[in-house]
Amino acid sequence: MEIEAKSHPLDRYLRADRIPHIWCPGCGLGTVLNCFLHALEETDIDLKNLAVVSGIGCTGRVAGYINVDSYHTTHGRAVPFATGLKLANPKLKVVVFSGDGDLFAIGGNHFIHAARRNIDMTVICVNNYNYGMTGGQLGPTTPLEARATTAPYGNIEHPFNLCHVAAASGAVYVARWTSLHVRRLKESMKEALNKKGFSFVEIIAPCPTAFGRRNKEPTGLETLKYYKEHSVIKHGIDPAEADIEMGGDIVVGKFVDIEKPTFDEAVHELIKKARK
Amino acid sequence: MKKQIKFYSGNIAAAEGALVAGCRFFAGYPITPSSEIAEHMALRLPQVGGVFIQMEDELASMAAILGASWGGAKSMTATSGPGFSLMQENIGLGAMTETPCVVINVQRAGPSTGMPTLVGQADVMQARWGSHGDYEIIALSPFSPQECFDLTIKAFNLAEEYRVPVIVLMDESVGHMFEKVVIPPKDKIKIVERKKPTVPPEKYMPYKAEDFVPEMACAGEGYNVHVTGLTHDEKGYPQATDPEVQDRLVRRLCDKIRKNEKKLRDIEEYEMDDAEIAIVSFGISARSSKAAVRFARQHGYKVGLIRLKTIWPFPDEYFEKLADEIKKFVVVEINYGQIKLEVERNVGREKTHLLPKMGGEIHKPEEIYRKIKEVYNGN
Repeated sequence: MEIEAKSHPLDRYLRADRIPHIWCPGCGLGTVLNCFLHALEETDIDLKNLAVVSGIGCTGRVAGYINVDSYHTTHGRAVPFATGLKLANPKLKVVVFSGDGDLFAIGGNHFIHAARRNIDMTVICVNNYNYGMTGGQLGPTTPLEARATTAPYGNIEHPFNLCHVAAASGAVYVARWTSLHVRRLKESMKEALNKKGFSFVEIIAPCPTAFGRRNKEPTGLETLKYYKEHSVIKHGIDPAEADIEMGGDIVVGKFVDIEKPTFDEAVHELIKKARK
Repeated sequence: MKKQIKFYSGNIAAAEGALVAGCRFFAGYPITPSSEIAEHMALRLPQVGGVFIQMEDELASMAAILGASWGGAKSMTATSGPGFSLMQENIGLGAMTETPCVVINVQRAGPSTGMPTLVGQADVMQARWGSHGDYEIIALSPFSPQECFDLTIKAFNLAEEYRVPVIVLMDESVGHMFEKVVIPPKDKIKIVERKKPTVPPEKYMPYKAEDFVPEMACAGEGYNVHVTGLTHDEKGYPQATDPEVQDRLVRRLCDKIRKNEKKLRDIEEYEMDDAEIAIVSFGISARSSKAAVRFARQHGYKVGLIRLKTIWPFPDEYFEKLADEIKKFVVVEINYGQIKLEVERNVGREKTHLLPKMGGEIHKPEEIYRKIKEVYNGN
């Protein structure tokens, strides 16, 4: 019996000629991308006007797999690139897809200022606690005491709580899930995509190759089990109280959903006035 | 429409030139001595429907103008030395992804913070080699407010035509100097737009070029383009482990400028017909040089001026040819010998002399005149 090759319902969203992807077995990125494509399917965003911008790193490769106008930029600079893209063409729906190191270490300054200005874009950050592509160095989100190749004795730096940073910087939508919460994550992505202004979704995701195996979770499955046992949903809490610690609970949920005028609206209003 | 006469500083003239060229997006960060360009764009861009944004730093400014260019706008930034250093990474991304945009560098004296309010011309090599890897860039150098206007328009045109970041290498003195600027009637100004694809999306190859420069589809035009700073094939897809793809790409990125050097060449020759000695200069230094040449001619010295308006790509062939006719070349520049290296490379070390300034002041014509006499008399 011949096996008939059938196409996948999400194929139209992917550059099928670029698959297989580069991500490791057990990595959370495939799941997160899958959730994003499902979210797209359930919103009425015109794909022609969707642009995905990434920085550098494992998550930075997302832009290369989605079949829309996609920009794989320099390390840390996805957000300001996306700012220019969006302001030059207000019709675009601009999504930045990148990792914790890219967005919050080398690109941290750009992130907080885009949030402060309330640029109309969605930032999706896959947080795997380390620099995966370069081999597992510590990053701005590595929990205290966790091991990384550049923290062989355990991390002595205090990590960022990304949702707290986003909320304090002015983001109008802030949510956190793990890559295990596929349905809730998809719903949050939909809300973020439909939100006017700077929306932020953080996804805690396993990196067994570079992080997990140095921190007693050598497979993705073990990390997912940890998420199952330690995730606590707390919608609406102050994200300041959602710090992440080694061996502790991971507080997830939607923390911020507010309304605020966007930079985009303000600048086009200003242009109207200046042209009179 | 008739021509208009304005009294502009170089910085304001450059900003007005950008608007005439069709610039509709500016991202920048305050820095002396270029800030008037940002201030003028903040005032004027909204009046023509364009977007001005002050970014958090120059890294962001450069990234934003690349993004805006892919959003379909003609875009620019303006800065000075320290900011220009921060922009280098994304100037490389612009060269690699072939993104039209304009960067104005109003040079001050460096290195580092240097002399923020005073003149320098020491970013010549940085403009050429500032980002890592092999690439080619175009850099233009105006010597008057009129040329700040004219060459900024030209910079946009070349950026669109060649799909490369174009640097306008101004200097503090030219940027802050006020002079008469003639704005020609609109129909007398040539404006170039980037080539757009004419084939349907399924046939479009974003990085396939018939004549060095590929056609550019921007975001939202239905072409689903993938743009990456990784080594990429004609489809735009990363091929980061294939030296053959790298070879094809880097050769084309360099050759699209190198092989068009003659077309890009822009040189003003002054009193060069029977000259035995040639001053080579650019920007503000060329003004002092011109005065010195005029004075030297009155005193019977057969000396002329070669003023470079296009600095990069460097006109190698032009200097090679001149090497036989001209006895000595004197390079006058406010740095410790950057263009001198280029001249020397083409005409030989024994024919090349340097009259440098380390920055903070311009050459006095009499200093140049003294040097002319010295070189003329074989010292």
